[in-house]
Amino acid sequence: MLAVVGTIPAPEFPLLAGKVTLENGKISIQGRSVAVNRGTPALLAAAAKVGETLGQEEPFGYLVGDIGRGEGSQQLYKYLAKHLSQTDFHIIAFHYIQPLIGWHNRILSVIKKMNKRPILIADAGYMYVAKMSGRANAYDLFTPDVGELAFLADEVAPHPFYTRGFLLHEENHVPDLIARVYAHGNAPQYLLVKGSKDYFANKDGVQAIIDSPLEETMEAIGGTGDTLTGIVAALIASGLDIREAAITGSKVNRLAGSYAHPTPATQVRELIEYIPRALEEILSEKQEEKHEQG
Amino acid sequence: MPLFQFLKRKEPNGAVEERAERGFLVFENTSEVIQAENLLKKKGWEIRVMGPPPEIRSGCDLVIEFPLIEELKIVKTLQDAEIPPLQAVPVTSPLLEPVDLFRIKDFGRYLMVKAANMKLTVDKKSLTIVNISGGGCPDVPYLAEQMVGKSLNEAPSPREIGHTLCGYALQLAYEEMRRRCLQL
Repeated sequence: MLAVVGTIPAPEFPLLAGKVTLENGKISIQGRSVAVNRGTPALLAAAAKVGETLGQEEPFGYLVGDIGRGEGSQQLYKYLAKHLSQTDFHIIAFHYIQPLIGWHNRILSVIKKMNKRPILIADAGYMYVAKMSGRANAYDLFTPDVGELAFLADEVAPHPFYTRGFLLHEENHVPDLIARVYAHGNAPQYLLVKGSKDYFANKDGVQAIIDSPLEETMEAIGGTGDTLTGIVAALIASGLDIREAAITGSKVNRLAGSYAHPTPATQVRELIEYIPRALEEILSEKQEEKHEQG
Repeated sequence: MPLFQFLKRKEPNGAVEERAERGFLVFENTSEVIQAENLLKKKGWEIRVMGPPPEIRSGCDLVIEFPLIEELKIVKTLQDAEIPPLQAVPVTSPLLEPVDLFRIKDFGRYLMVKAANMKLTVDKKSLTIVNISGGGCPDVPYLAEQMVGKSLNEAPSPREIGHTLCGYALQLAYEEMRRRCLQL
């Protein structure tokens, strides 16, 4: 089962833990609905779409309201520290949350106490704090964009806001940045770098590049990285290994984007609607390939 | 090591004396840093927002670098505004510089400005903010909700309603966008 940890951009939203469904374009948890714009709701909506299509169970959410003041995030960290060790999730995706090093390290020590270590994905604020704390190698997958990759590659930057210019200038040299991330030990087992080309990499370098279909405008659309993380996480929860899930998820996200005929003004919820169609098509292609090879 | 003991290190090349002309102000959270920056800039002080030294980093941090000789007046101003700094400390080791590179992408009808990890996209004709992407701190989805669909002239600025480094990066993109679109 997939668990997703993140925040909702509404200060009054209480801390809730429970299964998350997608109804009428909104995610729903414990009877409360949230619009899907970007951030953790977009990740959960994409994961729920994949789950629906594959007949999997709904993702489990740990959600709290936070608009950047950090109170909600602290409440969530505290809750996880108390409850996470009693769970048996197959995979946990950590997402938008206030980066707080002390709490991050405490959560990692709680995860160590779980009977079976779950697969750990970090994106957004949780990826930042995982790197800030020097514990990136405790994770299985990060899903940065190219700018965030430059931050991971900068051994002295504690946040993307401080990434040094010479690394930001290297945006066109993704393989070099990936090598630098691993050289400085700021990497998880796998990286899925999202951009005009998506790169799947590990310590040995780039393992796969997914570059079609290409919709340049997707870079401007808030939440397209969140949907990618959600799709990949749900595919891992369905039983795919990380490599297969990352490559398949990247193709699905790109194809769903393409079906939406996006402009820079398109909103991510419009893309999410196409995830089932894109997933079915990519899985069908994979089956055909297997059939031809067999 | 006590929290600020590292600041007393001497360096052989005289760098300590030079940097000691500047100090930095530490606050409880980034929201207070942003408020303090607004206030001090309005009052005409020569200050800069910077990254704190590793010894005092807790997560999503900013400090304000200021002329040390003005410490008493600056601290008094902040106390009067009810945003007192936790500490005012001489700078004795380099502070991290915020990113100052912008990447611009012209989609024809739309213009995207990227600062650090944040991207802001505007319809060039109507000046409507059509998308905000990137970032990882929890105020990003909130900022997007408050700003997307509004014109550059009407939308609240990230500085007013943001609380984190991502919000601050979005402010830089917003200022650059205004400079380009409104000829400010």
